[in-house]
Amino acid sequence: MKYIKGIFAVVAIVILSAFTTLNSGYKIGDVATDFKLENIDGTMVSLSDYKDAKGFIVIFTANTCPYAVAYEDRIVALDKKYASQGFPVIAIMPNNTDIQPRDNMEAMQHRAQQKGFTFPYLIDKNQDVFPKFGATKTPHVYILQKTTKGNEVKYIGAIDDNYQDAKAVKTKYVENAVDALLSGQSVKETETRAIGCSIKI
Amino acid sequence: MVSCKNEDQNNPQDTNVLETNNYVAPTLEIYDFEGLKPFLETATDTIYVVNFWATWCAPCIKELPYFEALNAAYSEKNVEVVLVSLDFPKKYDSHLKPFIAKNELKSKVIALNDMDSAIWIPQIDSDWSGAIPATLIFNKDKRQFYEQTFTYEELEAEIKQFL
Repeated sequence: MKYIKGIFAVVAIVILSAFTTLNSGYKIGDVATDFKLENIDGTMVSLSDYKDAKGFIVIFTANTCPYAVAYEDRIVALDKKYASQGFPVIAIMPNNTDIQPRDNMEAMQHRAQQKGFTFPYLIDKNQDVFPKFGATKTPHVYILQKTTKGNEVKYIGAIDDNYQDAKAVKTKYVENAVDALLSGQSVKETETRAIGCSIKI
Repeated sequence: MVSCKNEDQNNPQDTNVLETNNYVAPTLEIYDFEGLKPFLETATDTIYVVNFWATWCAPCIKELPYFEALNAAYSEKNVEVVLVSLDFPKKYDSHLKPFIAKNELKSKVIALNDMDSAIWIPQIDSDWSGAIPATLIFNKDKRQFYEQTFTYEELEAEIKQFL
Protein backbone atom coordinates (compact mmCIF):
# COMPACT_ATOMS: atom_id res chain seq x y z
CA MET A 1 0.00 0.00 0.00
CA LYS A 2 2.76 2.38 0.96
CA TYR A 3 4.60 1.47 -2.21
CA ILE A 4 1.58 2.21 -4.37
CA LYS A 5 1.06 5.45 -2.56
CA GLY A 6 4.65 6.40 -3.21
CA ILE A 7 4.41 5.71 -6.91
CA PHE A 8 1.13 7.45 -7.41
CA ALA A 9 1.65 10.33 -5.02
CA VAL A 10 2.40 12.80 -7.78
CA VAL A 11 -0.43 11.54 -9.97
CA ALA A 12 -2.79 11.71 -7.03
CA ILE A 13 -1.77 15.27 -6.26
CA VAL A 14 -2.39 16.30 -9.86
CA ILE A 15 -5.79 14.60 -9.90
CA LEU A 16 -6.69 16.04 -6.53
CA SER A 17 -5.75 19.55 -7.51
CA ALA A 18 -7.74 19.24 -10.72
CA PHE A 19 -10.64 18.05 -8.61
CA THR A 20 -10.21 20.97 -6.23
CA THR A 21 -10.06 23.42 -9.10
CA LEU A 22 -13.35 22.13 -10.43
CA ASN A 23 -15.06 22.27 -7.08
CA SER A 24 -13.58 25.07 -5.09
CA GLY A 25 -15.67 27.89 -6.47
CA TYR A 26 -15.07 30.91 -8.62
CA LYS A 27 -11.75 31.87 -10.08
CA ILE A 28 -10.79 35.28 -11.39
CA GLY A 29 -12.70 35.89 -14.63
CA ASP A 30 -15.57 33.52 -13.80
CA VAL A 31 -19.12 34.82 -13.93
CA ALA A 32 -20.91 34.65 -10.58
CA THR A 33 -24.40 33.20 -10.54
CA ASP A 34 -27.01 35.44 -8.99
CA PHE A 35 -28.61 34.44 -5.69
CA LYS A 36 -31.68 35.32 -3.67
CA LEU A 37 -31.00 35.56 0.05
CA GLU A 38 -32.90 36.94 3.03
CA ASN A 39 -31.75 40.27 4.36
CA ILE A 40 -31.92 41.36 8.01
CA ASP A 41 -34.97 43.50 7.14
CA GLY A 42 -36.89 40.44 5.93
CA THR A 43 -36.66 41.28 2.21
CA MET A 44 -35.04 38.99 -0.33
CA VAL A 45 -31.98 40.41 -2.07
CA SER A 46 -30.46 39.50 -5.44
CA LEU A 47 -27.64 41.09 -7.38
CA SER A 48 -30.12 41.73 -10.20
CA ASP A 49 -32.00 44.13 -7.88
CA TYR A 50 -29.14 46.58 -8.34
CA LYS A 51 -29.91 47.92 -11.79
CA ASP A 52 -27.49 50.82 -11.59
CA ALA A 53 -24.58 49.04 -9.94
CA LYS A 54 -21.32 48.75 -11.82
CA GLY A 55 -20.34 45.86 -9.62
CA PHE A 56 -20.36 44.54 -6.09
CA ILE A 57 -18.12 44.06 -3.10
CA VAL A 58 -19.42 40.71 -1.83
CA ILE A 59 -18.10 39.97 1.66
CA PHE A 60 -18.68 36.74 3.54
CA THR A 61 -18.64 37.77 7.16
CA ALA A 62 -20.05 36.82 10.56
CA ASN A 63 -20.75 38.22 14.01
CA THR A 64 -18.75 35.62 15.84
CA CYS A 65 -15.47 35.63 13.98
CA PRO A 66 -12.94 37.97 15.63
CA TYR A 67 -11.22 38.57 12.30
CA ALA A 68 -14.53 39.58 10.74
CA VAL A 69 -15.41 41.73 13.75
CA ALA A 70 -12.04 43.47 13.47
CA TYR A 71 -13.07 44.48 9.96
CA GLU A 72 -16.65 45.65 10.62
CA ASP A 73 -15.86 49.36 10.68
CA ARG A 74 -13.72 49.01 7.57
CA ILE A 75 -16.56 47.20 5.79
CA VAL A 76 -18.94 50.05 6.65
CA ALA A 77 -16.35 52.51 5.36
CA LEU A 78 -16.02 50.58 2.10
CA ASP A 79 -19.76 50.76 1.52
CA LYS A 80 -19.87 54.47 2.34
CA LYS A 81 -17.06 55.14 -0.10
CA TYR A 82 -18.07 52.88 -2.97
CA ALA A 83 -21.87 52.35 -2.93
CA SER A 84 -22.37 55.84 -4.37
CA GLN A 85 -19.77 55.09 -7.04
CA GLY A 86 -21.61 51.96 -8.13
CA PHE A 87 -19.90 49.27 -6.05
CA PRO A 88 -22.10 48.54 -3.02
CA VAL A 89 -21.10 46.11 -0.30
CA ILE A 90 -23.22 42.94 -0.08
CA ALA A 91 -22.46 41.10 3.17
CA ILE A 92 -23.37 37.43 3.45
CA MET A 93 -23.31 35.39 6.66
CA PRO A 94 -22.48 31.81 5.64
CA ASN A 95 -22.34 29.93 8.96
CA ASN A 96 -24.70 27.18 10.06
CA THR A 97 -26.64 28.84 12.87
CA ASP A 98 -27.41 25.50 14.53
CA ILE A 99 -23.68 25.18 15.17
CA GLN A 100 -23.13 28.88 15.78
CA PRO A 101 -26.40 30.33 17.20
CA ARG A 102 -24.71 33.68 17.85
CA ASP A 103 -24.75 34.17 14.08
CA ASN A 104 -28.50 33.72 13.71
CA MET A 105 -30.82 36.26 12.06
CA GLU A 106 -31.67 37.95 15.33
CA ALA A 107 -28.00 38.30 16.25
CA MET A 108 -27.23 39.58 12.73
CA GLN A 109 -29.98 42.22 13.04
CA HIS A 110 -28.64 43.28 16.40
CA ARG A 111 -25.05 43.51 15.20
CA ALA A 112 -26.01 45.44 12.06
CA GLN A 113 -27.91 47.95 14.15
CA GLN A 114 -25.10 48.28 16.68
CA LYS A 115 -22.46 48.89 14.03
CA GLY A 116 -24.68 50.90 11.69
CA PHE A 117 -24.44 48.62 8.67
CA THR A 118 -25.41 50.63 5.59
CA PHE A 119 -25.53 47.58 3.34
CA PRO A 120 -27.58 44.39 3.12
CA TYR A 121 -26.52 41.67 5.56
CA LEU A 122 -27.84 38.45 4.08
CA ILE A 123 -28.03 34.98 5.50
CA ASP A 124 -26.97 32.00 3.39
CA LYS A 125 -29.59 29.89 5.15
CA ASN A 126 -29.28 26.84 2.90
CA GLN A 127 -25.51 27.22 2.76
CA ASP A 128 -25.57 26.84 -1.01
CA VAL A 129 -24.25 30.26 -2.04
CA PHE A 130 -20.86 30.32 -0.28
CA PRO A 131 -19.76 26.97 -1.84
CA LYS A 132 -20.54 28.38 -5.31
CA PHE A 133 -18.23 31.28 -4.59
CA GLY A 134 -15.72 28.97 -2.98
CA ALA A 135 -15.62 30.98 0.23
CA THR A 136 -13.85 29.07 3.00
CA LYS A 137 -13.72 31.60 5.80
CA THR A 138 -14.87 34.91 7.19
CA PRO A 139 -14.05 37.53 6.17
CA HIS A 140 -13.64 36.52 2.52
CA VAL A 141 -14.14 39.12 -0.22
CA TYR A 142 -15.21 38.72 -3.85
CA ILE A 143 -15.31 41.80 -6.05
CA LEU A 144 -17.62 41.45 -9.02
CA GLN A 145 -17.84 43.73 -12.02
CA LYS A 146 -20.84 43.90 -14.32
CA THR A 147 -19.63 43.15 -17.82
CA THR A 148 -21.36 41.93 -20.96
CA LYS A 149 -20.75 38.39 -19.70
CA GLY A 150 -22.43 39.01 -16.35
CA ASN A 151 -21.06 39.64 -12.88
CA GLU A 152 -17.43 38.83 -13.46
CA VAL A 153 -15.14 37.95 -10.55
CA LYS A 154 -12.28 40.46 -10.47
CA TYR A 155 -10.78 40.01 -7.03
CA ILE A 156 -10.77 37.32 -4.32
CA GLY A 157 -9.25 37.64 -0.88
CA ALA A 158 -8.64 39.94 2.03
CA ILE A 159 -9.81 43.50 2.66
CA ASP A 160 -6.33 44.78 3.45
CA ASP A 161 -3.03 43.62 4.89
CA ASN A 162 -3.55 44.30 8.59
CA TYR A 163 -6.42 42.72 10.49
CA GLN A 164 -5.10 43.94 13.84
CA ASP A 165 -4.82 47.63 13.25
CA ALA A 166 -6.69 49.62 10.62
CA LYS A 167 -4.26 52.50 11.10
CA ALA A 168 -1.24 50.36 10.30
CA VAL A 169 -2.58 49.08 6.97
CA LYS A 170 -0.05 49.35 4.17
CA THR A 171 -2.02 47.94 1.24
CA LYS A 172 -5.76 48.32 0.85
CA TYR A 173 -6.40 45.42 -1.49
CA VAL A 174 -10.14 45.95 -1.94
CA GLU A 175 -9.90 49.71 -2.42
CA ASN A 176 -7.09 49.30 -4.92
CA ALA A 177 -9.13 46.76 -6.87
CA VAL A 178 -12.32 48.82 -6.95
CA ASP A 179 -10.39 51.99 -7.81
CA ALA A 180 -8.78 50.17 -10.72
CA LEU A 181 -12.13 48.90 -11.99
CA LEU A 182 -13.71 52.35 -11.66
CA SER A 183 -10.95 53.89 -13.74
CA GLY A 184 -11.23 51.21 -16.40
CA GLN A 185 -8.01 49.48 -15.50
CA SER A 186 -7.34 45.87 -14.64
CA VAL A 187 -6.86 44.83 -11.04
CA LYS A 188 -3.16 44.46 -10.23
CA GLU A 189 -3.37 42.17 -7.23
CA THR A 190 -6.28 39.83 -7.99
CA GLU A 191 -5.87 37.32 -5.17
CA THR A 192 -4.64 37.74 -1.61
CA ARG A 193 -4.77 35.60 1.47
CA ALA A 194 -5.38 36.25 5.13
CA ILE A 195 -6.22 34.23 8.20
CA GLY A 196 -9.92 33.84 8.86
CA CYS A 197 -12.46 31.70 10.66
CA SER A 198 -13.50 28.58 8.83
CA ILE A 199 -17.14 28.63 7.76
CA LYS A 200 -19.26 26.49 10.11
CA ILE A 201 -21.10 23.80 8.18
CA MET B 1 -2.06 44.67 40.77
CA VAL B 2 -0.25 41.51 41.70
CA SER B 3 -1.87 39.01 43.96
CA CYS B 4 -0.29 35.91 45.37
CA LYS B 5 -3.56 34.04 45.31
CA ASN B 6 -3.16 30.97 43.21
CA GLU B 7 -6.15 28.69 43.11
CA ASP B 8 -5.44 27.14 39.78
CA GLN B 9 -3.54 23.93 39.58
CA ASN B 10 -0.27 24.71 37.92
CA ASN B 11 2.78 22.79 37.12
CA PRO B 12 4.97 23.17 40.24
CA GLN B 13 8.22 22.32 38.47
CA ASP B 14 7.65 25.05 35.91
CA THR B 15 9.81 27.76 37.37
CA ASN B 16 9.81 29.99 34.38
CA VAL B 17 6.49 31.71 34.96
CA LEU B 18 4.95 35.16 35.24
CA GLU B 19 2.70 36.19 38.06
CA THR B 20 -0.61 37.85 37.26
CA ASN B 21 -3.79 38.28 39.19
CA ASN B 22 -5.22 34.87 39.83
CA TYR B 23 -2.96 32.30 38.34
CA VAL B 24 0.57 31.68 37.28
CA ALA B 25 0.75 32.56 33.62
CA PRO B 26 2.76 30.27 31.41
CA THR B 27 5.51 31.82 29.38
CA LEU B 28 4.76 32.17 25.73
CA GLU B 29 7.19 32.11 22.85
CA ILE B 30 6.12 34.61 20.21
CA TYR B 31 7.48 34.52 16.69
CA ASP B 32 7.11 36.25 13.38
CA PHE B 33 7.17 34.04 10.27
CA GLU B 34 10.97 34.08 10.05
CA GLY B 35 11.07 32.84 13.62
CA LEU B 36 8.44 30.20 12.92
CA LYS B 37 10.29 28.74 9.93
CA PRO B 38 12.58 26.46 11.98
CA PHE B 39 9.43 24.83 13.38
CA LEU B 40 8.28 23.98 9.88
CA GLU B 41 11.19 21.84 8.76
CA THR B 42 13.41 19.15 10.20
CA ALA B 43 16.53 17.17 9.47
CA THR B 44 15.88 14.72 12.31
CA ASP B 45 13.71 11.60 12.49
CA THR B 46 10.95 13.38 14.39
CA ILE B 47 7.50 13.68 12.88
CA TYR B 48 6.05 17.11 13.57
CA VAL B 49 2.36 17.87 13.77
CA VAL B 50 1.90 21.63 13.57
CA ASN B 51 -1.63 22.79 14.29
CA PHE B 52 -2.73 26.37 13.60
CA TRP B 53 -5.43 27.43 16.04
CA ALA B 54 -6.76 30.22 18.26
CA THR B 55 -8.69 30.31 21.51
CA TRP B 56 -11.66 31.99 19.82
CA CYS B 57 -11.87 29.35 17.09
CA ALA B 58 -14.54 26.87 18.20
CA PRO B 59 -13.65 23.99 15.84
CA CYS B 60 -9.98 24.43 16.85
CA ILE B 61 -10.81 24.08 20.54
CA LYS B 62 -12.92 21.04 19.80
CA GLU B 63 -10.07 19.17 18.13
CA LEU B 64 -7.31 20.37 20.47
CA PRO B 65 -7.72 17.44 22.89
CA TYR B 66 -7.05 15.04 20.00
CA PHE B 67 -3.74 16.73 19.31
CA GLU B 68 -2.91 16.57 23.00
CA ALA B 69 -3.82 12.88 23.08
CA LEU B 70 -1.75 12.22 19.98
CA ASN B 71 1.22 14.01 21.48
CA ALA B 72 0.99 11.84 24.59
CA ALA B 73 0.32 8.54 22.83
CA TYR B 74 3.00 8.89 20.15
CA SER B 75 5.77 10.69 22.00
CA GLU B 76 7.81 7.49 22.10
CA LYS B 77 7.42 7.14 18.36
CA ASN B 78 9.11 10.44 17.73
CA VAL B 79 5.94 12.41 17.15
CA GLU B 80 5.86 15.97 18.41
CA VAL B 81 2.87 18.27 18.37
CA VAL B 82 3.35 22.03 18.10
CA LEU B 83 0.31 24.25 18.61
CA VAL B 84 0.71 27.56 16.79
CA SER B 85 -1.71 30.12 18.20
CA LEU B 86 -3.00 32.86 15.93
CA ASP B 87 -4.67 34.72 18.75
CA PHE B 88 -4.44 38.49 18.56
CA PRO B 89 -1.44 39.77 20.59
CA LYS B 90 -3.73 41.82 22.82
CA LYS B 91 -5.41 38.54 23.84
CA TYR B 92 -2.21 36.73 24.83
CA ASP B 93 -2.50 37.67 28.50
CA SER B 94 -6.27 37.76 28.79
CA HIS B 95 -7.16 34.64 26.80
CA LEU B 96 -4.30 32.53 25.49
CA LYS B 97 -2.14 32.14 28.59
CA PRO B 98 -5.11 31.39 30.88
CA PHE B 99 -6.35 28.85 28.32
CA ILE B 100 -2.98 27.09 28.24
CA ALA B 101 -2.88 27.00 32.04
CA LYS B 102 -6.50 25.96 32.55
CA ASN B 103 -6.30 23.13 30.05
CA GLU B 104 -2.82 22.16 31.16
CA LEU B 105 -1.66 21.86 27.59
CA LYS B 106 1.33 19.54 27.34
CA SER B 107 2.13 20.08 23.68
CA LYS B 108 4.43 22.95 22.84
CA VAL B 109 2.42 26.12 22.31
CA ILE B 110 3.89 29.06 20.43
CA ALA B 111 2.28 32.20 19.09
CA LEU B 112 2.66 33.52 15.57
CA ASN B 113 2.36 37.27 15.21
CA ASP B 114 3.13 38.37 11.68
CA MET B 115 1.09 40.85 9.72
CA ASP B 116 2.26 39.75 6.31
CA SER B 117 -0.17 36.85 6.09
CA ALA B 118 -0.42 37.28 2.34
CA ILE B 119 3.26 36.31 2.23
CA TRP B 120 3.43 33.53 4.80
CA ILE B 121 0.13 31.71 4.27
CA PRO B 122 1.13 30.47 0.80
CA GLN B 123 4.61 29.63 2.11
CA ILE B 124 3.15 27.28 4.69
CA ASP B 125 1.07 25.68 1.95
CA SER B 126 0.18 26.94 -1.50
CA ASP B 127 -3.39 25.66 -1.14
CA TRP B 128 -4.13 27.15 2.27
CA SER B 129 -6.94 29.71 2.03
CA GLY B 130 -6.07 31.03 5.48
CA ALA B 131 -8.99 29.42 7.32
CA ILE B 132 -8.27 27.80 10.66
CA PRO B 133 -8.06 25.16 11.97
CA ALA B 134 -5.30 23.96 9.69
CA THR B 135 -2.61 21.37 10.27
CA LEU B 136 0.78 20.56 8.80
CA ILE B 137 2.34 17.13 9.31
CA PHE B 138 5.90 16.56 8.18
CA ASN B 139 9.10 14.65 8.67
CA LYS B 140 12.39 15.07 6.87
CA ASP B 141 11.07 13.31 3.76
CA LYS B 142 7.55 14.47 3.21
CA ARG B 143 4.90 16.91 4.30
CA GLN B 144 1.14 17.07 4.15
CA PHE B 145 -1.13 20.03 4.74
CA TYR B 146 -4.73 19.80 5.89
CA GLU B 147 -7.23 22.67 5.87
CA GLN B 148 -9.78 20.70 7.86
CA THR B 149 -10.78 19.54 11.32
CA PHE B 150 -9.72 16.17 12.70
CA THR B 151 -11.15 13.45 14.88
CA TYR B 152 -8.61 11.47 16.87
CA GLU B 153 -9.01 8.51 14.52
CA GLU B 154 -8.40 10.65 11.47
CA LEU B 155 -5.34 12.19 13.05
CA GLU B 156 -3.98 8.80 13.97
CA ALA B 157 -4.60 7.50 10.45
CA GLU B 158 -2.56 10.38 9.01
CA ILE B 159 0.28 9.93 11.51
CA LYS B 160 0.55 6.25 10.67
CA GLN B 161 1.47 7.19 7.12
CA PHE B 162 4.51 8.96 8.50
CA LEU B 163 5.67 6.30 10.94
